Amino acid sequence: MTSYVSATDVDRREMLAAIGVGSIEELFADIPPALRLGRPLALDPGRSEQEVFDELRALAARNVSTEDEISFLGGGMYDHYIPALIDSIISRSEFLTPYTPYQPEISQGGLQAMFEYQTAISELTGLPVSNASVYEGPSAVGAAGYMAKAAGGGRARFVVSRGVHPHSRETLRTLAHAWGMEVAEAPLRDGVTHLPELDADVSAVIVQQPNFLGAVEDVAALAGAARDAGALTICACDPLPLALLKPPGECGVDVAVGEGQTLGNRLDYGGPSFGFFAATEALMRRLPGRIAGETRDVDGKRGFVLTLQTREQHIRREKATSNICTSQALNALAGVIYLSWLGRHGIVELAELMLQRTAYARDRLASIHGVQLLHEQPVVREFAIKLDVSVEHVVARCREQGVNPGYPLRADYPELADGLLVAITERRSRAEIDRLADVLEAAVAKQLEAYEEVKA
Amino acid sequence: MSWFLAAADDELTIYERSKPGRRAFVAPPLDVPERPLDALLPASVRRSEPARLPEVSEPEIVRHYNRLSKRNFDLDTGFYPLGSCTMKHNPKLHERVAALPGHCKLHPLQQPSHAQGALELMWRLQEALAEVAGLPHVSLQPSAGSHGELAGVLLTRALHEDHGEQRTKVLTPENAHGTNPATVTMAGYELVKVAIDAQGNVDLDDLRAKATAEVACLMLTNPSTLGLFEHGIEEIERIVHGVGATLYYDGANLNAIMGISRPGDMGFDIVHFNLHKSFTQPHGGGGPGAGPIAVSERIAPYLPHPQVVRLEPAENGAEPYFDLDFDRPKSIGRLRGFQGNYGVFVRSYAYIRSLGAAGLREASEVAVLNANYLLARLKREGVMEYLPEAYERLCMHEFVLSGAPMKRELEIRTLDLAKRLLDFGVHPPTVYFPLIVDEALLVEPTETETKETLDRFAEIVAEILREARDNPEVARSAPHTTPVRRLDEAAAARHLVLRQPL
Repeated sequence: MTSYVSATDVDRREMLAAIGVGSIEELFADIPPALRLGRPLALDPGRSEQEVFDELRALAARNVSTEDEISFLGGGMYDHYIPALIDSIISRSEFLTPYTPYQPEISQGGLQAMFEYQTAISELTGLPVSNASVYEGPSAVGAAGYMAKAAGGGRARFVVSRGVHPHSRETLRTLAHAWGMEVAEAPLRDGVTHLPELDADVSAVIVQQPNFLGAVEDVAALAGAARDAGALTICACDPLPLALLKPPGECGVDVAVGEGQTLGNRLDYGGPSFGFFAATEALMRRLPGRIAGETRDVDGKRGFVLTLQTREQHIRREKATSNICTSQALNALAGVIYLSWLGRHGIVELAELMLQRTAYARDRLASIHGVQLLHEQPVVREFAIKLDVSVEHVVARCREQGVNPGYPLRADYPELADGLLVAITERRSRAEIDRLADVLEAAVAKQLEAYEEVKA
Repeated sequence: MSWFLAAADDELTIYERSKPGRRAFVAPPLDVPERPLDALLPASVRRSEPARLPEVSEPEIVRHYNRLSKRNFDLDTGFYPLGSCTMKHNPKLHERVAALPGHCKLHPLQQPSHAQGALELMWRLQEALAEVAGLPHVSLQPSAGSHGELAGVLLTRALHEDHGEQRTKVLTPENAHGTNPATVTMAGYELVKVAIDAQGNVDLDDLRAKATAEVACLMLTNPSTLGLFEHGIEEIERIVHGVGATLYYDGANLNAIMGISRPGDMGFDIVHFNLHKSFTQPHGGGGPGAGPIAVSERIAPYLPHPQVVRLEPAENGAEPYFDLDFDRPKSIGRLRGFQGNYGVFVRSYAYIRSLGAAGLREASEVAVLNANYLLARLKREGVMEYLPEAYERLCMHEFVLSGAPMKRELEIRTLDLAKRLLDFGVHPPTVYFPLIVDEALLVEPTETETKETLDRFAEIVAEILREARDNPEVARSAPHTTPVRRLDEAAAARHLVLRQPL
């Protein structure tokens, strides 16, 4: 059994003597006897380090990762290249192993990194205030909903676009139920949000940019409609496309949130990553989570602290703006390192490369017999197609050829049961896109043939 | 005495290092026919100028963040007895296994048939956590302790609603973590505080008076935030269940009782774990963590979906199949995207496999031994005159001291003591929490610290108090050796600078 405990038998005897008890058992005297387990936990015995490594490696080998196939999966998390310097920096103990920076004098590294991160998010979103990050994307949408509820003076309904990530919509629904609020969905038309008439009971309009089907929304028009109805606009956005797209803040958005995985974080089967959360000055004191701010020390030297803490649970308790008491500091650090690595011009070059390759892939796939575009809106790194044949069969056939062609929409969009969502990151070369087109074409043709045979 | 690099005190921000023309990133070549930007993305939706990210080279980025790192104190470098945070050693194996491509490059929307290793790992972790909690069903989905709390209270709501009941209040003891009351509000309930008695236990009379049919739940930490095991836990269980409410276990202090006593056996209906505390996920300077929940049979139908399930093989000798189960009609729904913080699950699973049943129990035993020893050692150093224990009892894995006499007689506050500890290369305990103890210090040494480290900490505290008797100003103006000295937090809140002006 592996143990990370250093107390020797001699230590233990000396320590018990110093305490004045005869055994470790006596230290647990406050636990009523009936509540003591009285048997070992039913867990396997502990093992050596190499045995645990081997077991974890064997489990990893039973997963098909993005290294094992040509993957066009997206839908909220994307296979981007993570530069080596991120691993090098975030694996440093000084970033990996501290707690939340409660003692700022010995946490300047983490606090300054938060401040730099907040600046980058503020730049990308075009909103003046960013917090130090929240759990991840969909729960950030929920957190924005909670903020809108508090700011909304009793307005009882959220209007959420059907283009918002299904997990975000569901998370919001879970929470809204507890708040006694209604969640109404705005449909998609031609791939983009079609807002219904908004009345004075709408607390917030929630949209996503680009939306789940990859389409670039006219966020300014949506935000304008929300503002006219006195509602807030919450925009869930994908940070890399924001390199090219008009920042939400310039579109009249009040709160911009989103999934930060694409900024230098691993896929990790869905987490941990981070969610970003930025807002207007007017909402600054309602933000959830940690916020780093600049100040001076007694010698006048610049330093950073956690600030606006009177919003937070450890001070405000039941009146706090949120129960969130940490950020995703390490993941957000990876995010700001990644953005610094890309730099002011690099992020545009990366986004343009994706834009071009995605356009190429979209044309290639749309030219296949039996494949149509699900919408013709502008896209950046993801688009949706529909097939004349069973999506599940086609996916299975492509996978036999080592290509994962994308995410079938059926489970989340029954109305788009023949839809497939295809993501093109900078990791997918033209050769791989061509391979996808060939494999998909063959799979669709085979399936069409099978249909013909049945008909005949 | 300074353990920081002297050279690290001139930090600029990454934006202040920016210079037009510098860069690190080189894009892969454009290998498709280039189309005009306007044809792909209309100008009306495009940004007019690039986001003002820094322009820096790779060597600069590396040096910048390495230098920043040296301005952090960390667990791998020194003692970190931060109460209620369980700053135990983070085994290095965990980083290695979490970085295996099969784990870290697995897409969250990968079909379950192609993610069997991940789903099996999650299922096994669920089983292990269920055994530790003494409750049969686990959801790994919540992202942090606070998120687990929210899940727990929403589950409570779902249970009562399913039984046609509209309950409106949730109880927490007055020494609860701040997240508890904040969670109560976020989950749409009204908070009712329960008093703590003179021995540091929940005041049973006050609980009886407040436990009415309107109460949905009692949220409790046991051992409590005072580091004490609730004497009356059996009676608390009877009172709470007697009015039809649920009993929620805040797992912040689980590190005291793993394999020794189980929340489920105490009668708790819902438990959250902090995988970043008891189960060694590195804290990362404030996240990531994970906050799985374990629940009793009657709560299970409402668990968030999807649930990881094991399907037994149809024929003998075949492998079981692991799947994501979305077909849960009474589920409260999702609390976040995808399947939870899988990277954290890998680490915590590796920890449980390394230690096994005996190792987990030993971890808790030594955590409690170390805390009681440190308390005894502090007594032997004579510090109790100024820093008495808040409750004279055996503690569990942590204990609370009150700095009130120190403040009165030596004229240094708990804050000053904490800041002076920084000069000795020690992270201070949690300060000013729990709120019910005046000038509180909450000390949690954890099981992975040596006796020598504990001895040294006791000596340092004694030394600081001796020093304060002669010259309290040293502590009052501490720290003296850190990259920055005491920071003006009030000014930070008054003149808000929350981003770099560019």
